[in-house]
Amino acid sequence: MSQMNMIQALNSAMDVALGSDPSVVVLGEDVGYFGGVFRVTDGLQRKYGEHRVLDTPIAEGGIIAVSIGMAVNGLKPVAEIQFVDYIYPGYDQIVSELARLRYRSAGAFSAPVVIRSPCGGGIRGGQTHSQSPEALFAHVCGIQVVIPSNPYDAKGLLLAAIDSPDPVLFLEPKRIYNGPFYGDPTQSAQSWSRHPLGEVPDGHYHVPIGVAKRVRVGHEVSIISYGTMVHVAQAAAEAMGVDADIIDVRSIVPLDVATIVDSVNRTGRCVIVHEATRFAGFGAEIAALVQEKCFWNLNAPIERVGGFDTPYPHAFEWEYFPGPKRIQAALTRVLEPK
Amino acid sequence: MANRSRLHVPHAPARPGETPDFSYVRLSAAGALAKPDCTASLDACAELSEGLIRVLGDDHHAVGAWNPSVEAHELQVGLRTMLLTRLFDDRMVAVQRQGRISFYVKSTGEEAVAVAAGMALKNDDFLFPSYRQQGLQLVRGTKLVDLMCQLLSNTNDMCKGRQLPVLYHNAAAHLFSISGNLATQFPQAVGYAMACAIKGEDRVAASWIGEGSSAEADFHQALVFAGVYRAPVILKVVNNQWAISTFQGTAGGEQRSFAARGPGFGIPGLRVDGNDFLAVYAATQWAAERARRGHGATLMELVTYRVSGHSTSDDPSRYRSKDEPSAWPLGDPIERLKQHLMTMGVWSEAQHQALVAELEAEVAAAWTEALRYGALNEGPQLNPELMFEDVFHALPPLLQEQRAQWQQERDPS
Repeated sequence: MSQMNMIQALNSAMDVALGSDPSVVVLGEDVGYFGGVFRVTDGLQRKYGEHRVLDTPIAEGGIIAVSIGMAVNGLKPVAEIQFVDYIYPGYDQIVSELARLRYRSAGAFSAPVVIRSPCGGGIRGGQTHSQSPEALFAHVCGIQVVIPSNPYDAKGLLLAAIDSPDPVLFLEPKRIYNGPFYGDPTQSAQSWSRHPLGEVPDGHYHVPIGVAKRVRVGHEVSIISYGTMVHVAQAAAEAMGVDADIIDVRSIVPLDVATIVDSVNRTGRCVIVHEATRFAGFGAEIAALVQEKCFWNLNAPIERVGGFDTPYPHAFEWEYFPGPKRIQAALTRVLEPK
Repeated sequence: MANRSRLHVPHAPARPGETPDFSYVRLSAAGALAKPDCTASLDACAELSEGLIRVLGDDHHAVGAWNPSVEAHELQVGLRTMLLTRLFDDRMVAVQRQGRISFYVKSTGEEAVAVAAGMALKNDDFLFPSYRQQGLQLVRGTKLVDLMCQLLSNTNDMCKGRQLPVLYHNAAAHLFSISGNLATQFPQAVGYAMACAIKGEDRVAASWIGEGSSAEADFHQALVFAGVYRAPVILKVVNNQWAISTFQGTAGGEQRSFAARGPGFGIPGLRVDGNDFLAVYAATQWAAERARRGHGATLMELVTYRVSGHSTSDDPSRYRSKDEPSAWPLGDPIERLKQHLMTMGVWSEAQHQALVAELEAEVAAAWTEALRYGALNEGPQLNPELMFEDVFHALPPLLQEQRAQWQQERDPS
């Protein structure tokens, strides 16, 4: 066991995979010599060579397309898209090719590519370095979508993704790369060094894809969240003294519906929190599933908390961000007596 | 004319009712171009991207440095495979007109682009075709009946009813699954080739797209990656002059050849007579050898003509002169190879007619066999339950639920 932040945990996952499986290759913009703009691939090219950790041209569609070709030829590419805001030139290759190859060829071909990409705001990235587009990919049949919220899950999920026979979009909430974030940007930065989930095994382990995690057992209300917002929501609930049952979804696709339904059936109240814009966000899917499966146990309308339906504004980042106030207002509404 | 900016809109040389005009197609005489060593520098390959590599002359003799000196028997196999491709295409269009299949894409006039290239490569080289290289399937031994069952979406359909007709695959024969989205396979082939090099294999990858789809970003990304990593890949642009109704000038072919895009990416560009079996064979062999010897990728433009409509859903008489096919200056690939073999004294008209009859019978027999497996609108039919499989390697809970829902819809009791 070592104490790691998310960057170190992700680096360790790729280190373990590159070291144990000669078919694993890492590729992307600035990932090789330089080690990545967030340092996630730091040292890997030095250790494994430039045939296994490749600096690529700045062409996201090309990165994803060549990864597909490599995977068809038996390699396991772990491609980095430097910011998920830049993934759209590769959208056709993801939607029409990567996600559907197994289906269209009736299982004759598959491309188990992992696409890693930093997502989310809170780092003054403006509208081109802050997006959370998980819903755009959740709607595509044939690709798994994963978002870890801590170093332990990050490494275990990334190794599970690399070992998966199906493609995975692995979104990394960059605001919590170095430490958990509890929703108040004026507070000094926290570190993972004293957090229990910063304690990470050095070797190989899996956190299974498709399994949500109950991060706090509570009785008054269920909070369904993922990524950065798990920490923000938990802090917001605790600050107002609400006894919340908090579910970290972890895996958007496939979604662990059973864990969510079990929680809401017990509490009778549900608040969904994500950073992405709210309209047609992934929260809408969770809300629909919850009302279908928990309707007769619900004591209040389901609440969705998200970013506003605007691009992520640079100067008004914290006004946009679905922080403690917005979460607490939603909690207050669902907890009002009938 | 006033000295001011203006928008240039390329015009096809002949529209319906007009006289065909192929004067824009720059020709070289057969044998005119020198053949650099396959390890030659980019600069030493310069003239190959604007000239036209041709081996078969108007007198049907094979001439010049690019003559691949293929044995007569191999050429007869090539003729047979091209002829089978054409007869298969003709028959499939006929059954489409009868309503037995929903859609078809012919390759008439472009058979050499697939067959000669497929024969020049090794069997374990990996091919990423577009939807108009059915000749590759026949070169690699995909059975006619299997192709037909795919077209019929029947119980023996390799795609389990999920793909539009002609979007075949054959993993055992190293033929990739054909996409309906244009040019996506081009950069994928580069990735496949990069993996060959990473793994230390001496196999190469080859891919085909049309000149129309060379406008896609995927084309440019393929060339960037192929050039940067010197990947062992052959990237082929089939310039058949038409992308549905879009003339090749609109794809960017007016002022420079498509082959000439290669050198800008650090890749030799070869402009090849796509209706000359020997030229396609020789150029492919050259590019494959270059790749295998560590000198990287080649971009190849195959100058040919799409004799048929884009597909059975297309009527080319609405946008081009009906006299174009007979005016096309590079002739017909089957006829040219046939005449060459006759000139060599190893083929005769009687043999040719016998072969046509034999292959027609083969196609007819395969069709009869294919129908035994059913058709899109006639039993036996695929179990629709198959629609839930292969989205992922295993059925996730959500799809298990939806499969149960479908079973309930089908059998409410």
